[in-house]
Amino acid sequence: MIGKASPPAANPLRRTLRAIRDLASRLPQRHQSLTVIVGMAFVTAILPLVVLAPPLNGFGRQNDWLDGFANAGVFVLLAMGLNVVVGLAGLLDLGYAAFFAIGAYTYAYGASPFSGLDVPFWPMLLVGAAVAMVFGLLLGAPTLRLRGDYLAIVTLGFGEIVPVVFLNADTYTRGTNGISGVYQPVLPIVGNFGFGNPMPYYLTMAAIIAVAMILLYRLQDSRLGRAWMAIREDELAAASMGINTVTTKLLAFAIGASTSGLGGVFYASKLSVVSPDQFGFVISFTVLAMVVLGGMGNIWGVAVGAFVIYELQSQGLKQLNSFFGGLGLPPFHLGPLTVDLTSINFLEYQFLLYGLALVGMMLLRPEGLFPSRRRRAELRDEADAGAANEELVQA
Amino acid sequence: MSGASTPARPLVLRTIGLTKQFGGLVAVRDVDFEIPEGAIVSLIGPNGAGKTTMFNVIAGLSDPTSGLVEFLGQRMIARPERSWLEPVVWVVPAVVVWALSYAAWLAGLPLVLGQLLVLVGLGVLIATLITAVVRPPWYGLLLVRFGIFKSARPNEMVLAGIGRTFQNIRLFANMTALENVLVGMHGQLRANGLDAALRTARHNREEVQGRSEARRWLAYVGLRGREDELARNLPYGDQRRLEIARALASRPRLLLLDEPTAGMNPSETSTMTALFGKIRSELNLTILLIEHDMRVVMGVSDRVTVLDHGEKIAEGSPDEVRRDPRVIEAYLGKGSVA
Ligand SMILES: Nc1ncnc2c1ncn2[C@@H]1O[C@H](COP(=O)(O)OP(=O)(O)OP(=O)(O)O)[C@@H](O)[C@H]1O
Ligand SMILES: [Mg+2]
Repeated sequence: MIGKASPPAANPLRRTLRAIRDLASRLPQRHQSLTVIVGMAFVTAILPLVVLAPPLNGFGRQNDWLDGFANAGVFVLLAMGLNVVVGLAGLLDLGYAAFFAIGAYTYAYGASPFSGLDVPFWPMLLVGAAVAMVFGLLLGAPTLRLRGDYLAIVTLGFGEIVPVVFLNADTYTRGTNGISGVYQPVLPIVGNFGFGNPMPYYLTMAAIIAVAMILLYRLQDSRLGRAWMAIREDELAAASMGINTVTTKLLAFAIGASTSGLGGVFYASKLSVVSPDQFGFVISFTVLAMVVLGGMGNIWGVAVGAFVIYELQSQGLKQLNSFFGGLGLPPFHLGPLTVDLTSINFLEYQFLLYGLALVGMMLLRPEGLFPSRRRRAELRDEADAGAANEELVQA
Repeated sequence: MSGASTPARPLVLRTIGLTKQFGGLVAVRDVDFEIPEGAIVSLIGPNGAGKTTMFNVIAGLSDPTSGLVEFLGQRMIARPERSWLEPVVWVVPAVVVWALSYAAWLAGLPLVLGQLLVLVGLGVLIATLITAVVRPPWYGLLLVRFGIFKSARPNEMVLAGIGRTFQNIRLFANMTALENVLVGMHGQLRANGLDAALRTARHNREEVQGRSEARRWLAYVGLRGREDELARNLPYGDQRRLEIARALASRPRLLLLDEPTAGMNPSETSTMTALFGKIRSELNLTILLIEHDMRVVMGVSDRVTVLDHGEKIAEGSPDEVRRDPRVIEAYLGKGSVA
């Protein structure tokens, strides 16, 4: 007999896997916050140890790894924020880096010799998030009535304009040079934040991510989160159910922007310098690719996806370089092309590889690496129905 | 059905001279139409007569070309009036603050105070503009004070008490049945993002109560046990029911049903028809029904209004309408009335 609730599974192994997956996706719903805290604590504790083991220890010292992880954390934060806008509310934002820039510059104004202010890092986290949120509201209020493509174009424009403004308003921003000497955070217990000592940054980032994740899970699983999903599914029907679509979309935009601003503050404090070229379209694109590849709409999926992609692009490509460099293969010919793997700098092909990964993903697993249950249902529906029919025929 | 035509019954909905044009096509032409409290009124007419268009105007989804819609005695939808005044309302608060800043400078108060007020004025301007976009209820009331009129948005019509279903089912396909109904309850619930983030008592209470109420609505339309299925996986008839449950969850005074039995077999249709009667008597609702199935129309309606090419051609009790030569002509074509 065919089960009522779910389509018949292909074989026991697949059924078991599906059961485990269902359990795993249901567990966090019960005790979200606890799950997030325990999970993040575990990951945070284990990562510094993992990099001491071969082969990872061969690629860099522990401190270099931790430094990279802290940077990756910035992108995890950005991806989680953009996921609210794109994955939950279904609004395509191509200028997300603008809010990242705004957060970073806010911190640079609040704590650097350039402005003469020295506001501590911790309150500045909130200030940066708030300022980015205000700009999110400002951009969103007039534009969120636009649909799909138009919104994408407007946000793309905004994302381009913001760095240009920072570039050209050089009396206030020092133009291309950017603002340097931005103060690094101070916290008595955790220790000195500094270039040589990435551990405090690493821990701080982990804490920020954990808090952001808890809040985002809570928002997703609420009246507001359902309204976002309803809008993504069918905006007109959502409005006909009493949802103020403008407010709801604006909130998604504002929350996404503030998360980005938070990331910006952290980034500025870590690098100790902000300049317009750090916030180009490349960032917006990278974060969007992380959201898509990670699994739109699934908070932890997007977070893991962002982390993995960041590490692949920063460490993976570097290792490819040295791997092929060390291999010392002779150049070979592909028709008219001469390929010399030894001298290829894979880092330069980062975006080509992104493109390939995206295309491959759309072909093989359009719902992303770690999709939410809904997305999978949405994108896999026809395929599943086909498979179920085949089984019926066979039986 | 003698009681239905008593004029003393209060009106739930009234349209006056309602017209909707799409370019050169007049989809609804100068329709005067009334729905008395507690009635089941059917709107019938051949394909393309303008029935759905009329629904959409009433529900606030599309603006009428002319005419107006009153709901519970209040004008809700009409052409905008004095809308040029609205931008003035936006800038006045900021201008007041800036005037204060100038006054502070004239009065010789510290410069910082004036500069601060300039910034405050900017903030006030931004806040006002965002308020105008968001349009909270009090903003609407403010506009009315200035004699400015703007049609209600669909969500505002829902809050006023109109619930609806769609001719082509528009469920939230990738949300569960329960979640669909919870979205329908959006206007009944109050917890905002902050409540959700902090998991306040209000949020927790509403989630528990809301879920159990949503279950009750599902059971009410006959979907007990289907709570956790994705809407897309429900059979067609159940999707229609779910749409009704979702509309009921907003606790409307007036329920708009657009061809709720379309594509159903006779037994499903009669279950559905029974549901309409139950809704009216138990929930004290008024229903406006678009329907092609004449057995349904004749069976449940107190009054029937007939549209043809956007015009109201007949109105009355089901029996009167059935015998009306113009109606027969509209449905069967000229020459059939001999
Ligand atoms: N958005 C639109 N733009 C242009 N024309 C439209 C639009 N919506 C409806 N129409 C036209 O208006 C007329 C009335 O359409 P409507 O959908 O209201 O008819 P209906 O009475 O609901 O018909 P049916 O019984 O087929 O549902 C039709 O001629 C239709 O083509
Ligand atoms: Mg129709």
